Amino acid sequence: MAAPTKDTEVGVPPAAAGRFAAFTRRMPSSTLGKHALTLLVAFVVVVLVLELTGPFRNSQFATMAYYGIAAAGLTVLTGVNGQISLGHGALMAVGAYTTGLMLAAEIPLLVTMLGAMAVTAAVGAVVGVAAARLHGPYLAGATLALAVGLPGLAIYFDHWLGGEQGMRIPSPQMPAWFSDAIYFLSATEASSAKYLAYIGWVTLLVVLFLLANLMAGRTGRVWRAVRDDEVAAELAGIPLGKVRVLAFVVSAACAGIAGAVLGIVVRLAAPSGFTIVLSLGLLTAVVVGGLGSLVGALLGSALLVFLPPFVTNVGTDIGLDNTQAAQLAPFVYGAVLVLVMLLAPSGAVGVLKKLLKKLWIGRSTRRTG
Amino acid sequence: MIRRTGPLVAVAAAAALLLSACGAGGRPSEGTGGGDAAASDVGITTTSVKIGGHFPLTGVAAPGYSEIPTGMKAYFDYVNAAGGVNGRKIEFIYKDDAYNPTQTSQVVNELVLQEQVFAIMGGLGTPTHSAVLDYLNAEGVPDLFVSSGSLLWDQPTKNPQTFGWQPDYEVEAKIIGQYVSKNFPNAKVGLFLQDDDLGRDAEKGARTFLDKQIVAAERYTPGNTDVAPQIAALQAAGADLVIGFNVPSYTALSQLVSLRLNYKPQWMYSNIGADPTLVGSLLARFSEGKVTDAGLLEGMISTRYLPTVDDPQNPWIQLFQKVWDASGADGELSNFRVYGMSEAYTFVSALQAAGPNPTRKGIVEAIQKTGKSWKGPWLAPFRYSADRHAGISGVGVTRITGGKTERLTPVFVTDNGTAPITESTEPPSVPPASGIPEVAPAG
Repeated sequence: MAAPTKDTEVGVPPAAAGRFAAFTRRMPSSTLGKHALTLLVAFVVVVLVLELTGPFRNSQFATMAYYGIAAAGLTVLTGVNGQISLGHGALMAVGAYTTGLMLAAEIPLLVTMLGAMAVTAAVGAVVGVAAARLHGPYLAGATLALAVGLPGLAIYFDHWLGGEQGMRIPSPQMPAWFSDAIYFLSATEASSAKYLAYIGWVTLLVVLFLLANLMAGRTGRVWRAVRDDEVAAELAGIPLGKVRVLAFVVSAACAGIAGAVLGIVVRLAAPSGFTIVLSLGLLTAVVVGGLGSLVGALLGSALLVFLPPFVTNVGTDIGLDNTQAAQLAPFVYGAVLVLVMLLAPSGAVGVLKKLLKKLWIGRSTRRTG
Repeated sequence: MIRRTGPLVAVAAAAALLLSACGAGGRPSEGTGGGDAAASDVGITTTSVKIGGHFPLTGVAAPGYSEIPTGMKAYFDYVNAAGGVNGRKIEFIYKDDAYNPTQTSQVVNELVLQEQVFAIMGGLGTPTHSAVLDYLNAEGVPDLFVSSGSLLWDQPTKNPQTFGWQPDYEVEAKIIGQYVSKNFPNAKVGLFLQDDDLGRDAEKGARTFLDKQIVAAERYTPGNTDVAPQIAALQAAGADLVIGFNVPSYTALSQLVSLRLNYKPQWMYSNIGADPTLVGSLLARFSEGKVTDAGLLEGMISTRYLPTVDDPQNPWIQLFQKVWDASGADGELSNFRVYGMSEAYTFVSALQAAGPNPTRKGIVEAIQKTGKSWKGPWLAPFRYSADRHAGISGVGVTRITGGKTERLTPVFVTDNGTAPITESTEPPSVPPASGIPEVAPAG
């Protein structure tokens, strides 16, 4: 049976289509199926990577997981729906503090994470209602106020939320079945770093799976429509306000889950952990990775986690003292950001896409020629 | 149909292969992997001891505090140049956490898991170090001489690996309180407090002696830079002596506000908020150059528990000056570097006490056993024992006169709660000729 033409992507040269079709034919035909298969493969890769790396890398992956979750949520809001938020760090704080309070009350981890998500989504709904009326710099200003103001609540209600020195979060105990399963897989004892990395990455994959489906469906189309042309969207009968609030709620829910993972990984929620720097870091991760792309959000958060220690180590290797090496990290980070904006405004994913396209065209012309 | 099921079969086969390839399959019976002593020697080789710390090297808390690890490093280099401790050179790695607890947990993970340090040394800050307190204790990593005056570090049953170092805020406030009640018995005292553990511990200590004299206790929220309401309330309550338990930036802010309100009480600040050089530079910055330190800080009363750089005759300062010059690093010897060097001096003492073959368990026990008796630049002894992990036990009261630190009282020694305050009877210590402690193994 010949490959049905509707399966081949528009824009792929006909010579390559035969090759491409062979690949697509083996993929499940529904979007959900495709995403489920990707999820499965990604899970296997995650298990392999986490089993093959040491506890320190595991802990870095755990960190990357919570940045990744928050960045994925932000890229949906900013990249797909076109709303900017400088307040996602504060929303993560809501998630982390909720997690701390719920875990202290000995509520199971899964329920706690869902609770953190729900509470943050509720806060996101309130902010979203305000945000839906604002545009551009005004929206940036309003969410900036959130980032600056919200962590202050923890200091104001310090008897309840621990004040400046933060609220300690009891780290969840590793269940016996988990360490048995890890032992079964790799014959090593599971460290707590590994357990936290698994929690982080399983959560991250589930979030990415749900977001990918959301973006591929009607909701995603409507979000993009609102982003691209408000007037046209409204003429087409899309209620702008509702759609914007929904995007904000979904994005806030992700930030809440990210905050929950952050809480159990860091074991502390303190106002100094949720400064404007965190919100800006998330935004740069999304932009550097490629706005509107989940893979881009992942790449960006990897940069957030792995670049500073890498630069610091390079700094000490070339003979700088520890202080100078530490000061090098923000400098290189800034330089990378500027270079990406100048040379590849569509982010890492944009560059990758361009390279792939070139490769494809190069190959097909060689074969035909 | 066959084509459709193809991928499924492939995935299932791959999964089955993967599972069967996974090494263990099940646990062997008990007996392997038991806790032998070798595991407690992490970070120790025959020629080196690797330790690490977290400090704000960038960001808002960096001015001043970032100098502490440079002082520590200079002192360790000095000891290493003289052959190290029991033939082992001390390798000190310090990492930047930007005073952000999230980053603290990342860099401490890096130090413990990747660098495989023997101990964490001098980790700075209450919120930052809180983030790694449980982790270090769960992993059994010695968490020595935390650079913060919180009472959190003195919980040996809960946190057996963690030791405080500087005098806690309560002890310092008790001594300040007694000094005021004796020397200013008619003063109406106002308290200017940071609204967290710093202010709470200190208020408890101050009220031990001053409860009747205190006319107002005003609290500020860290991060909120407007302290005018608090200062105005102190002025309205008629306080003619104000004691501030706050961080350096709030010393500068409170001074600028009272200048504007024309409020001139006798000012006292706890040691943490009273470094004249740092406060002077903050004053200049906050007032955009209109105010320099000279006038405003004159007559301010504070405390000391270490020698200060404005006393070049002090033998410890002479030693540390020598150490700093030998390190060849940029910058001047500052009080923050003296602080770092004094902490480093304590660590070298602890390492000597741990004996020729230090273990993580051994060094903790050695500090508990002999830490109380170590001599060093600190003016009052440590309170270390099997059931106490509290640091320096007392302070002396000082005043800024003519830009210099003038001693008002001898050193007082006390403890938390209702412990009496006594005058320290020990003669001031002098450094050994080598400049390196000579502590006997505790074992």
